Amino acid sequence: MRESAVAYNRLPAAELYPILGVMRASDLLHPRPEGLYCPPGDFFIDPVRPVNRALITHGHSDHARSGHRSVLATQQTLDIMGLRYGEDFAGTTQAARFGETIVLNGVNVSFHPAGHVLGSAQISVEHQGTRIVASGDYKRQRDATCAPFEPIPCDVFITEATFGLPVFRHPPDKEEIARLLKSAAQFPERSHLVGAYALGKAQRVMRLLRDAGHCKPIYIHGALAKLSEYYQSQGIDLGPLEPATVESGGRQDFAGAIVVGPPSAFADRWARRFPDPISCFASGWMRIRQRAKQGGVELPLIISDHADWDELTATIKETGAEEIWVTHGREEALVRWCELEGIAARPLHLVGYEDEGD
Amino acid sequence: MNRFAELLDRLVLTPSRNGKLTLLTDYFRTVEDPDRGLALAAITGDLNIAAVKPAMLRILVTERMDPVLFGYSYDYVGDLAETVSLVWPQTPGNIPNREPTLGEVVAKLQAASRSDGPKVLAGLLDSAGISARFAIIKLVTGGLRIGVSARLAKQALADFGTVDITEIEELWHGLSPPYTALFAWLEGKAEKPRNTAMALFRPVMLSNPVGDGDLEKLDPTDYAAEWKWDGIRVQAVAEGGIHRLYSRTGDDVSGAFPDLTEAMQFSATLDGELLVGDPRQATGTFSDLQQRLNRKTVTLKMQQQYPAFMRCYDVLQIGGEDLRALPFRERRARLESFAGTLDPSRFDLSPFVAFPDWQALEELRRAPPHPIIEGVMLKRWDSAYVAGRPKGPWFKWKRDPHTVDAVLMYAQRGHGKRSSFYSDYTFGVWSGAEGEEQLVPVGKAYFGFTDEELKQIDKYVRDNTVERFGPVRSVRADRDNGLVLEVAFEGLNRSTRHKSGVAMRFPRISRLRWDKPANEADRIETLQALLDR
Repeated sequence: MRESAVAYNRLPAAELYPILGVMRASDLLHPRPEGLYCPPGDFFIDPVRPVNRALITHGHSDHARSGHRSVLATQQTLDIMGLRYGEDFAGTTQAARFGETIVLNGVNVSFHPAGHVLGSAQISVEHQGTRIVASGDYKRQRDATCAPFEPIPCDVFITEATFGLPVFRHPPDKEEIARLLKSAAQFPERSHLVGAYALGKAQRVMRLLRDAGHCKPIYIHGALAKLSEYYQSQGIDLGPLEPATVESGGRQDFAGAIVVGPPSAFADRWARRFPDPISCFASGWMRIRQRAKQGGVELPLIISDHADWDELTATIKETGAEEIWVTHGREEALVRWCELEGIAARPLHLVGYEDEGD
Repeated sequence: MNRFAELLDRLVLTPSRNGKLTLLTDYFRTVEDPDRGLALAAITGDLNIAAVKPAMLRILVTERMDPVLFGYSYDYVGDLAETVSLVWPQTPGNIPNREPTLGEVVAKLQAASRSDGPKVLAGLLDSAGISARFAIIKLVTGGLRIGVSARLAKQALADFGTVDITEIEELWHGLSPPYTALFAWLEGKAEKPRNTAMALFRPVMLSNPVGDGDLEKLDPTDYAAEWKWDGIRVQAVAEGGIHRLYSRTGDDVSGAFPDLTEAMQFSATLDGELLVGDPRQATGTFSDLQQRLNRKTVTLKMQQQYPAFMRCYDVLQIGGEDLRALPFRERRARLESFAGTLDPSRFDLSPFVAFPDWQALEELRRAPPHPIIEGVMLKRWDSAYVAGRPKGPWFKWKRDPHTVDAVLMYAQRGHGKRSSFYSDYTFGVWSGAEGEEQLVPVGKAYFGFTDEELKQIDKYVRDNTVERFGPVRSVRADRDNGLVLEVAFEGLNRSTRHKSGVAMRFPRISRLRWDKPANEADRIETLQALLDR
């Protein structure tokens, strides 16, 4: 606890609990090298190394790793892990339904939508009158490819801080897609290569294109095929998708086309099959011009699956939590904001999470 | 305002010239007056708005948000205008129904006095969204830095109206923002604007390079030859007491050369080369001339140390008489008698080079008598002065380029067609004592090779990468490993900005020397010797 974070006349709840006979929050969940650990429940949340029992918030590879003995996650997250790592990615698996309480060694655990990607969840951990919500990665902007975030009242809210600086303000995704379509109309002889993370972002971009009335086939990189097919099987209509292979057409067939692939592919020789491509990148990082410039991005699309500054601060208030733990990202700014608002906050130093998911 | 903001954002990230032209013409087509004209003026640097200092911007923002949070933000972004545009707090309930137009923003900024400037700016930022705020801050802090020259903007106007760029250049200095009459003409809705202003720019005549076999078809007696001086091609216009010096693309550069414009006590339009020195004694080198370039203002000391003068090539007008239709021989005769009336410390005539045949001229071209000569010019005796670059009447025949063998050090990914190729190369030469040689970068080039060679270099870069920094890779380059590039260049300048102390002019890859071991590439002393010549 940082001294300065606390008003002297107002001890944080976590420090009062032992006196009141309720559980101290840091005894319910605390960081260990493997990840966030719950001693009474004997489980980890999103562990970065193989453990006995893992609760997984969502399928991005820095949160969902293979090799755990048992995994508890939403069915969609389990499906996605199966697609990425093969069916034997864990010893045993159990599917959690949103809102349903599961008791693990006397600890009440429940999963709630996080609005990050398909299947993503916040995990609520409740024991002896103390409830902590580990949000995992989340966002508040509406996204047709996953269930929307639900604020869960709690004592301690663990928030991500990927975009935890006041400079990160994501515009409405519709506006960004409109700029992409405008550029495609302005440069009909060129192809637009949209870099988007293979799980979540890519499918969201495709869905946004469809919602904006783009009905031509979208060409996709091979790395996106399995996951996009899975999204379609879950009832998320992405329209006609075609592999962006040379066999599927000559170079000229890609003139005017929108191609979606993982960002790394565009620096690769793979990209040579497209005529004079315009490189686009769908990411919250594209808010910063220099990031776009350094990456050689000509058309930055500020589309993020993480909460921006305004969403982070609004969510913290909405949960009513008396204490905030801030993890992966720019912790110091969000901790500072909490101080100014009179909310106890501290950075939670977890290792092994990258910002690659955006 | 948002359309202007979007245009700025697109332009700054679009590297290709054609891409920029498309963005600009689309903007002119879809945006109405006066916004499009004001945007044009902002891009060409012709929009007059009282500047707001960065320090004031910082005060305004920290009055509205926690300075610690602002500090974190600024540290992360690194650019003040961008940071402020992003963090500026939007008060709910204070958001207007629609964002202000560029015209409204410019009107408010221009009407603001120096003292209420910051208040007006804050009010505008309150009423705008993130992109518009960025554009507004760029307008008031000066310098858009979007990689669009005034020349490119004029080309976009020409494309938009399907007219020749020389027509735009000729009109330009008589027009002012928001250029409503100009746009009306370009859209075919009105007559071409008539220019009544004094001392206007006249589009210049340019030459073509001598190609293989060109000269065999030409009769040497049809042509006059002059040295091709390696200064700055300028047009000096004096009319009705107004003196203007224009670059060959019609940019007004008078402000940087007050010593020369003061000496323009005549009524005429002259075409020539801007050089430094005293024409009666000695002509300065390109390095000397460089001291006077790219300056908005110039100190008295600088004017005394490197006085500017004009070496005259041609005359377009004397008094009210337009001479452009006359043959070169007659214009030259008029110029010779006119030049006699000019200040001899500021004006002289570009001398003819006598030659009996092409072979003799070839020898003169190879060994010019002064380092600031970069070849010879050939002009048909009977050629009229016409705008643009007609094929036939004028030729430039340049000295052969210098070459140096350098080692590839860094490669950067290109854009568009080249976005998956490492196509921009930084190369270096050896420096340091024997046994301790190190490569020092001397330049960067991104053309001169064939598509096939590009593929080969790209493969070499990928196979020999040592480190990556974003789109840049550093390539293995030491005494025993490295790709030697033969680099051709037009000249060398002294540079304090580059570690090597030299900067190449117009470098390009002339040959790939797969056969040459890296340790046999040239040394820095080879280049330094060129500087001292």
